[in-house]
Amino acid sequence: MVGKSEPINGTAKSQPPPSPLSPKSPDLLSGYFSFKSLKLKTKQQELLIRVSILCLVYVLAFVTRLFSVLRYESMIHEFDPYFNYRTTLFLTEKGFYEFWNWFDSESWYPLGRIIGGTLYPGLMVTAALLYWGLRFLRFAVHIREVCVLTAPFFASNTTILAYFFGKEIWDTGAGLVAAALIAICPGYISRSVAGSYDNEGVAIFALLLTFYLFVKAVNTGSLSWGLASAFGYFYMVSAWGGYVFIINLIPLYVLVLLITGRYSMRLYVAYNCMYILGMLLAMQIRFVGFQHVQSGEHMAAMGVFFLMQVFYLLDWLKHLLSDTKLFQAFLRMTVTSAVGVGAVALGVGTASGYISPWTGRFYSLLDPTYAKDHIPIIASVSEHQPTAWSSFMFDFQILLFLFPAGLYFCFKRLSDATIFIVMYGLTSMYFAGVMVRLILVATPAVCLISAIAVSATIKNLTLLLRAKTKAPQSASGKGGSSGKAASKGSLDQSQPFQKNGAIALLFGAFYLLSKYVTHCTWVTSEAYSSPSIVLAARGAHGNRVIFDDYREAYFWLRQNTPPDAKVMSWWDYGYQITAMGNRTVIVDNNTWNNTHIATVGRAMSSYEDEAYEIMRSLDVDYVLVVFGGVTGYSSDDINKFLWMVRIGGGVFPVIKEPDYLVNGEYRVDKGAAPKMLNCLMYKLSYYRFGELTTEYGRPPGYDRARGVEIGNKDIKLEYLEEAFTTSNWIVRIYKVKPPNNRW
Amino acid sequence: MAIPLRLRAAVSISIFALLLILPSCSAQDIQVVNAERRIDLTSHIIKVFLTLKVENTGASPASEILLAFPPTQVDHLAVVKAQVATGKRKKKTYTPLDVNPKELPDAPNGTKYLSISLLNPLAAGEAVTLEVLCILTHSLEPFPVEISQSESQLVYYHDSALILSPYHIKQQITFIKTPTTKVESFTVVDPTHRAGTELKYGPYNDRPPHSYSPVIVHLENNSPFAVVEELVREVEISHWGSLQITEQYKLAHAGARHKGVFSRVEYQSRPGHSGVSSFRHLLARLPPRVHSVYYRDEIGNISSSRLRLGALKSELEIEPRYPLFGGWKATFVIGYGLPLEDFLFESPDGKRYLNFSYGCPLVETVVDKLTIKVVLPEGSKEPSAVVPFPVNQYLEKKYSYLDVYYHFNPIFMLAEPLMLTSVFFLLFVTCVAYLHIDLSLRK
Repeated sequence: MVGKSEPINGTAKSQPPPSPLSPKSPDLLSGYFSFKSLKLKTKQQELLIRVSILCLVYVLAFVTRLFSVLRYESMIHEFDPYFNYRTTLFLTEKGFYEFWNWFDSESWYPLGRIIGGTLYPGLMVTAALLYWGLRFLRFAVHIREVCVLTAPFFASNTTILAYFFGKEIWDTGAGLVAAALIAICPGYISRSVAGSYDNEGVAIFALLLTFYLFVKAVNTGSLSWGLASAFGYFYMVSAWGGYVFIINLIPLYVLVLLITGRYSMRLYVAYNCMYILGMLLAMQIRFVGFQHVQSGEHMAAMGVFFLMQVFYLLDWLKHLLSDTKLFQAFLRMTVTSAVGVGAVALGVGTASGYISPWTGRFYSLLDPTYAKDHIPIIASVSEHQPTAWSSFMFDFQILLFLFPAGLYFCFKRLSDATIFIVMYGLTSMYFAGVMVRLILVATPAVCLISAIAVSATIKNLTLLLRAKTKAPQSASGKGGSSGKAASKGSLDQSQPFQKNGAIALLFGAFYLLSKYVTHCTWVTSEAYSSPSIVLAARGAHGNRVIFDDYREAYFWLRQNTPPDAKVMSWWDYGYQITAMGNRTVIVDNNTWNNTHIATVGRAMSSYEDEAYEIMRSLDVDYVLVVFGGVTGYSSDDINKFLWMVRIGGGVFPVIKEPDYLVNGEYRVDKGAAPKMLNCLMYKLSYYRFGELTTEYGRPPGYDRARGVEIGNKDIKLEYLEEAFTTSNWIVRIYKVKPPNNRW
Repeated sequence: MAIPLRLRAAVSISIFALLLILPSCSAQDIQVVNAERRIDLTSHIIKVFLTLKVENTGASPASEILLAFPPTQVDHLAVVKAQVATGKRKKKTYTPLDVNPKELPDAPNGTKYLSISLLNPLAAGEAVTLEVLCILTHSLEPFPVEISQSESQLVYYHDSALILSPYHIKQQITFIKTPTTKVESFTVVDPTHRAGTELKYGPYNDRPPHSYSPVIVHLENNSPFAVVEELVREVEISHWGSLQITEQYKLAHAGARHKGVFSRVEYQSRPGHSGVSSFRHLLARLPPRVHSVYYRDEIGNISSSRLRLGALKSELEIEPRYPLFGGWKATFVIGYGLPLEDFLFESPDGKRYLNFSYGCPLVETVVDKLTIKVVLPEGSKEPSAVVPFPVNQYLEKKYSYLDVYYHFNPIFMLAEPLMLTSVFFLLFVTCVAYLHIDLSLRK
């Protein structure tokens, strides 16, 4: 039962596969008849085509991610990438040891943050190595360009990896299709466009690399592949917190193989090597530390590791005993005692506090409603919301229908490798349904499984067509697993009908695939290529209007405030203020201290005099708010305000959400709650807004983002004064006045 | 694809006072018959036009005329140009004269002198009319020092009602042109008249040498006080036909400091009354045929700029990210490419030389500290810079040129492309070799 899967995977690697490829390659090559004059052998022709397709896919994956650079400029996008950019800059300027020991006093004032110990350095080190490499080769590039193009570069590498992975689990055809699908899949592009310099950019590459190397190790049983996968895992751990997915999926996969009776020496070697070395290597990352032996999230891997040893022992004993009955009794005893010992150890570990319980993020993955009830700070992030059906359709399009078809093909030809991809696909699809951002993790699996569907279907259809034209030869192409359908077809009496059907289906498949290409290009260009720092809109005459207010405000802060000024804003803008404004912030996007964020939330939702006390205690010099009432920009602070109230109220019970609502409704107009109309956030957003006419034919003080006339037009500020407002009012900065003299 | 490190022959030139000691000659034999001074205070760069009719009353011919400046003024002196008019009426031609600093041992109260070298020595009894242009910077002192957004900017101007001169002046008159009719106060030294935007001191008759009568004019001046605190220009020569210029600016508003609130609603709705002393546009005059212009800062591209290309000059209108109020700063980078043939020439002795404008292309701005770097292509030898500074020039220089001479062999132009092709060639050779070599042990 074990040896069954080997020949399939073995043949795919060593010699030109007789069954899947040889009927296909002459078919593909018949169009390239002119090549024959160059006297290339079939094998060489096939290699040439494969390499050129891969090269084109490689270039395509890079080029399709450049929309944002061409449309805007070579800049870093969104929020988190600004932190990564800032740290990379620090790394390239000061060197690795300074970076590793960096205590950043510019964020989380007055607490500060130990950067080296609280980040995944993989991305920064990768970019810095690329930068130093290019510098060594005398390319005078700026570190910003390297950072901007890191994600597209790794996306290109991922396509190559997808090819090898597809080749490993199915055949070269599936590999090529997988490479092409993943190159333009919007689910992946959303996190890897040029400028999206985030951990996920390299992490997806690392994830797929680890999985590929592990599958390779399981298929070959080779120590070297196991070692390679351990290093792949190390890279993944250094790059992204999502490594927890790997360290839970791989044991789960091993468990499934054990249960289905697919235990083998190859699996034993692969898993033990990968787990032990991977764990030791992962401990070198400061942020991860000893979590592999101390945290509840990593215990599954350890349990499976011990289970493997038990299995090995049993295997050996079975060999020794050679008595079935005795062995059965022994098996029952050992397995029960092993599970019992494991459970007791886990219980003792948890009770004594040696093994930490699961974190909130992990819980919220298993139970989607957990965060909403317990951790508002996780629930407040839009990318942590449960996924809507439309976003699945948006990100996967036809892959969503090809995915089940691919699963069908995988189950039809079950092997260790296909079991892995099936498990990866199913678990990641579940997680993608829990959180929007995890669509990214599911994308490689969906692409690979869909590629199997596409490749297998097209191969079957072309076999049908070829079987018709070369009837006597079809007997030779019978050997493969897919040849069965072809041979059956050739014997069938309704051959002309079947041929037409095959042609129609082929055209249908090509139509669908071309639709996928247009959809992906459209999504990439329309939805995923906006830097979100610079906003673009259409003017009255169809011209493009650019709102560059964020950078206007940050640059003003950088140039015209004292270098040690402390800026208070909602945590979303923390990374950008430190990176672009170069000023100290109270809270930022690394939401490690909930109380500190709640304090800021409390200040924002209090009356001005109460907020002043809080701001004085935090040494705040400037307060920054984002306001979209003039431009109709909807993701501003007033729309985020309820989260500030909830997070603030979660720690300080004086802040109560119902005080800001009227009959459970959130309003800013005349009917708004009195506390709402007088809280700091409302005052700072709408200060002197009542004097401004935003839209023709509307009263002054008409908020275009919410479509209402504001309720409090006569706002007086006592403890703060307006320091700067950007040209479209998107960012407003206030200066906290020093306390009055007592005499 | 290795591109070797560029030979960066960076010729950094900071301007220092060129203090040349010239043989002194007696000053008492010369007198000024008539002097007229027009001081233009409309911008923060003060232009002083001085017309002197000088007569040699001594016995020996005089070859130089001295100009005197109080020590406070000489520090702010950016440019001094002198010319002499020859010919009559319609056929008048102006000849520029050399102006050099000069030190006299017995200067009263630290007075500094500049000497104008005449083309032909002034014979005894002869008279000549000299026209002198002086440009002063940082000479308007804002008072009050801090203003709010709704106030307009008032400045002090310190000078003397009498022209400081080592010579006896028979008759003199001074006109001061103010930007608006709003003048808070001015020192009266009879006879003094004020009409519209003009303030007239004089005429004064028969004043002895080194007469000085301090005056203060307190006036409104809302012109943009744009000061480039530091400018680094880098000129990179590529013999493939382009000259790449990168200019890094540190800009500041040097007027009265902004105090208190900045209210966008007022700035937006009442542009004539609110923030009148602030500025948001700057104009850069670039050479014609400029291409690939960019305008950015540390955090990215600045999208508010306009470029007008013309046959004689190109104009780049730039807008900082935010309007600049008093004391506010902004840094930015402007870069552009120029065709090489307009600026690089070959001298008769086989050297190549770059002839390039020295100053800052921004109109109506003062540059406090200027550094120019010239990046020569690899393979160039013996670079040398020729900087013909005729006067003490601390600041902006518009009309002088920087010449850099160097030897260059055109064969080095092919170095980079050759390197690139050889790298690709090697890559393909390796690929071919790899495909044809079977390294496996099994047969």
